[in-house]
Amino acid sequence: MSNYPDENGRFGSFGGRYVAETLMPPILALEAAYKQARKDPTFWAEFDNFAQHYVGRPSPLYFAERLTEYGKGAKIYLKREDLNHTGAHKINNVLGQLLLAKRMGKKRIIAETGAGQHGVATATMAARLGMDCIVFMGAVDIERQKPNVFRMKLLGAEVRSVTSGTSTLKDAMNDALRDWVTHAEETFYCIGTVAGPHPYPEMVRDFQSIIGREAKAQILKAENRLPDAVVACIGGGSNAMGIFHEFIDDKDVRLIGVEAAGRGVDTDEHAASLTGGAPGILHGNRTYLLQDEHGQINDAHSISAGLDYPGIGPEHSYLHEIGRAEYVSCTDTEAVDAFQLCTKLEGIIPALESAHAIPRTLDLAKELGEHGLIIMNMSGRGDKDVNTIASLMGVEI
Amino acid sequence: MTTRIDKTFARLKAADQSGFVAYIMGGDPSHSASLELMKALPDAGADIIELGMPFTDPAADGPVIELAGLRALKSDTTVRSVLDMAVAFREDNDSTPIILMGYANPIHHMGYAAFAASAKDAGVDGAIIVDLPPEEDGELRAAFEAHDLALIRLATPTTNDARLPTVVAGTKGFVYYVSVAGITGAAKGENAAISDAVERIRTASGLPVVVGFGIKTPEQSAQVATHADAVVVGSAIVDAFHKNGKDAALSLVKNLSRAAQVKRP
Repeated sequence: MSNYPDENGRFGSFGGRYVAETLMPPILALEAAYKQARKDPTFWAEFDNFAQHYVGRPSPLYFAERLTEYGKGAKIYLKREDLNHTGAHKINNVLGQLLLAKRMGKKRIIAETGAGQHGVATATMAARLGMDCIVFMGAVDIERQKPNVFRMKLLGAEVRSVTSGTSTLKDAMNDALRDWVTHAEETFYCIGTVAGPHPYPEMVRDFQSIIGREAKAQILKAENRLPDAVVACIGGGSNAMGIFHEFIDDKDVRLIGVEAAGRGVDTDEHAASLTGGAPGILHGNRTYLLQDEHGQINDAHSISAGLDYPGIGPEHSYLHEIGRAEYVSCTDTEAVDAFQLCTKLEGIIPALESAHAIPRTLDLAKELGEHGLIIMNMSGRGDKDVNTIASLMGVEI
Repeated sequence: MTTRIDKTFARLKAADQSGFVAYIMGGDPSHSASLELMKALPDAGADIIELGMPFTDPAADGPVIELAGLRALKSDTTVRSVLDMAVAFREDNDSTPIILMGYANPIHHMGYAAFAASAKDAGVDGAIIVDLPPEEDGELRAAFEAHDLALIRLATPTTNDARLPTVVAGTKGFVYYVSVAGITGAAKGENAAISDAVERIRTASGLPVVVGFGIKTPEQSAQVATHADAVVVGSAIVDAFHKNGKDAALSLVKNLSRAAQVKRP
């Protein structure tokens, strides 16, 4: 089961390497470098050392007693990726990729970002490792995520405003690819999620799978058994792949991904690629995409900038197709309510992205009943979202 | 059967000169306006026409072609409507090759077999699909072979000797050499490097080599023509058409093609 992707980067019919010829030699070189690093204990020793002392791992697995009481059903545990350095799971992947960049002798790092969390994580690691960092960010996102833009600049990164297309995350990714094509020799492209051409979906999953490995050991220690279900929100799907991966072979553990339903999956304004999309080719991989009847990419919508992407990692498309994981969705309104609920009940301000997982976790808690056991990935913290919430509440801060 | 592409290169070879390939975006700014431009290209000196199929996310293109694509999409351009341009063009021209250029998703959505059959029916001669490298183009290549269409591959400055055989294997018609590692509309590559690469690719493929990316002026066109079997210009033509209209675009095509079509020394 865990033996995919195949040598061509395929997860069933998904994945692959759909890039311009100019990028084929660089991604083949990246693949070769990663293959070598992956079996080198010194690479992982350095990864683990940074993970422990810089990122702050292992992140706690926390019993959410008051959410559990509120849900009147299964026990709910939260995997606290929000407590990582820089405030989200994103740093796990960036740590792995930039250590690989260092190994490859690349000193110019580029990244795309939507909400700015991956951009901040990349700028942070680049500062720590003494590398140049350029972050591509849609002009629209720059406007709505000003604090993160400033953080990146403080960390020494250059933030490039992307005005092509719809000026959001997908366009930032287009521009990052354009930069990479132009400066392939000296540049390492640090993709922020389990998407893009092979080997990114596999590599990012491997770096994020530390979440699931820790969670499994922690739940066995706390409850002496595996959970009935693992729940995570999904944009590109890296936090979900990170926590799912270790449980894929445990057939009795349900894996549940929550997509952003925006204003509803029956409207034109959502970001639920699996629920409301169809297979297609974008940004280097074949996967489920939001697209029209002519194969043109539709704009995604979500209140959470981090989920505002018209695609999803190819491994999720595969897990969806073979029925190993279940994919459901959560609207903007539900997510905002859950944001406030979690803050009040647990004293944990969740990222708006992570808040999408809460309503479906509560539904499931009822369904499973009091003997049930759920782990929800709290993928990031919500400090970055307080402005959005305040303006929704009509409060000026 | 000798294809229009083969006939074109045979004619150029007999005349001992390079050819000129003009790129335009199908449907920019409207179906009728781009069709009118397309029909006038052969008389202005285009030996081959590259006809762009717009895509929302053209990650290998610079701003000029991206914006042209977005204008085309705004006027409801689809793969089908671009094919209809080829149909209309063939009403009074049966010799100038038409090569479609675009991205995988719209044709993947249509279905590769259906796309190949429709392209053949429309009088198209081949296609370049930018984000289908040799590793991923097997299915489309099989569909093209069934209809005797040329699936043209790109070689680039990063295509090293180890990789070149993979790129040229199974390519038909000609090889397109992207002369700069970059996006369309970038700065032009170095002459000496272009000359070396063209020679290398011609030897490896046994096919004509056309060179594009970064060529904007008649001087550059003439320089590249001393090495290449044909010179491709896209962004500069699209830009002239957008800013100054059909006559300006055609006059640029005239100057660029005359510069390219010089007798070889």
